[in-house]
Amino acid sequence: MAAPKKVSKIKKPAKTNKPKRQKLSRPGSLSALLRNHQRVAVDSLDRLFATAAASALTWAMIAIAIALPLFLFIVLQNLQQFGSNLDETTQISIYMELDSSDAELLAAQNALNSHPTILSTEVINQAQALEEFQSLSGFGDALSGLTENPLPAVIVVTPNTEILEQVRALVSELSNIDKVDSVQYDLDWLQRLYGILNLAQRLTMMLGVLLAFGVALVVGNTVRLAIENRRDEIVVVKLVGGTDSFVARPFLYTGLWYGVGGGILASVLVLLAQFFMQGPVSALADLYNGEFVLIRLSLIDIFNVLLLGGFLGWFGAWLSVLRHLRAIEPR
Amino acid sequence: MRMILSRLFSAKMIKFDAVSKRYPGGHEALNNISFHLEKAAFAFLTGHSGAGKSTLLKLIMQMEKASSGQVFVNGQNLNRLSRRQLPYFRRNIGLVFQDHQLLFDRSVFENVALPLQIAGYDSREAGRRVRAALDKVGLLKKENQNPIALSGGEQQRVGIARAVVNKPALLLADEPTGNLDPLLSAEIMELFEEFNRVGVSVLIASHDLSLIAKLRYPVLTLDHGRMIRGATEKVVSDS
Repeated sequence: MAAPKKVSKIKKPAKTNKPKRQKLSRPGSLSALLRNHQRVAVDSLDRLFATAAASALTWAMIAIAIALPLFLFIVLQNLQQFGSNLDETTQISIYMELDSSDAELLAAQNALNSHPTILSTEVINQAQALEEFQSLSGFGDALSGLTENPLPAVIVVTPNTEILEQVRALVSELSNIDKVDSVQYDLDWLQRLYGILNLAQRLTMMLGVLLAFGVALVVGNTVRLAIENRRDEIVVVKLVGGTDSFVARPFLYTGLWYGVGGGILASVLVLLAQFFMQGPVSALADLYNGEFVLIRLSLIDIFNVLLLGGFLGWFGAWLSVLRHLRAIEPR
Repeated sequence: MRMILSRLFSAKMIKFDAVSKRYPGGHEALNNISFHLEKAAFAFLTGHSGAGKSTLLKLIMQMEKASSGQVFVNGQNLNRLSRRQLPYFRRNIGLVFQDHQLLFDRSVFENVALPLQIAGYDSREAGRRVRAALDKVGLLKKENQNPIALSGGEQQRVGIARAVVNKPALLLADEPTGNLDPLLSAEIMELFEEFNRVGVSVLIASHDLSLIAKLRYPVLTLDHGRMIRGATEKVVSDS
């Protein structure tokens, strides 16, 4: 049974393998290119690990430059979410005068309930206001020393419209009601918060762009030194027929690995920062009755950071290669 | 069309046609040089130092461009060679240096394998060819050593193995025995002769006149950038 199989096996390589192998090793073929990419990718990573101390320094610099805007960005996302939770309930707070009684409070509430642009009302009387403030503010002991309750009663009104002019009209109408001290419309400070957040977002973006350039320049400079160190090799490679892209490839991969390594380290830094901030943040979130869900660095974010880091590293290396590699010619 | 025809019918490995090379600053390294080297020929290029030997080799390798005149290698006009084509052109020429230009951050094997890596050979085929080349120069047993651990003669032989591993049609050498004693020099020359016997064209720049005299090959002599011997005589051809 085995004998005829063997014969055919011997025959085959003798007839067909030779030209096939020739084909495989044909210079300039796709498989040859992929082989070279694979070899250079591994080799350039090996080189980075061979000079671990110097590489670690570069990685750390890149990591800090990426982690800083990344962390700010996550903080801002959290703050924005915190704002958007309030946005859903564009409430109006009516602060009553301090001497208004509970009966007057109820009468006012009843009157408001029948108002055409009011959806619902909620009364927080002076005692409730004090209680809430004591439990949440942490000034409980200090407040117990007071003889008089300094907090006014509040009627929280939810309008049944979101059109700003109608809400504004309602606000001015409400402030004319008897015994009303002041009316506060949440959207006003919310808009201010949004304004500040928008500004902070722009600043973070600017910072991010600047630091991204910084990353590219750091990698570019490091790659420039690598090019100088391998000058002899570059000359020899060019003389034995290395193309420009063959000569550039190790350095582009070096840049890529610097960027990806920096991205990994940046993600670790941000995760550490999140871990460090977890306690205070969740305490703060409790104050907002659990409406606040902490946005964290997701796996997709980390993937994007690696992608971005890799691109910046590659780009920096490319700039350096463009500038310095052509100047090295055999003389 | 003209290019294809000239390639088909030209039997010349190297052809210089009224070539001059002036360096920036006015120094004229080569002055109106015309000669040719037939395919599979073996020739020496000699002259005092500064006569233009290295410049002539650099023009063939396109490390420098001619100021005027035309250089042909294997029928290809080097003036028409684009930057993109240059690496592929150089793969057909093996170059041996006086100071061998080996890389000391890798083994003998990897040094010799470099041209094959560049040309994109798979590792099995490359390994086969590298070992064949090292065997030819008698250094197969030292393939895993670092070239820095080898003697001067051995280093030069590694350099030669690297130059021939890609089976080039033309082998150029710039003072290949410049740093070697007469015995080692003779060994190196024997190697070049062996490659010539299998059809490789060889041009060796050297000022070692005693060595050149012993070997009885055609000699091109440069003097202050002019060719004073070899240009008009029909010595530089395959007999």
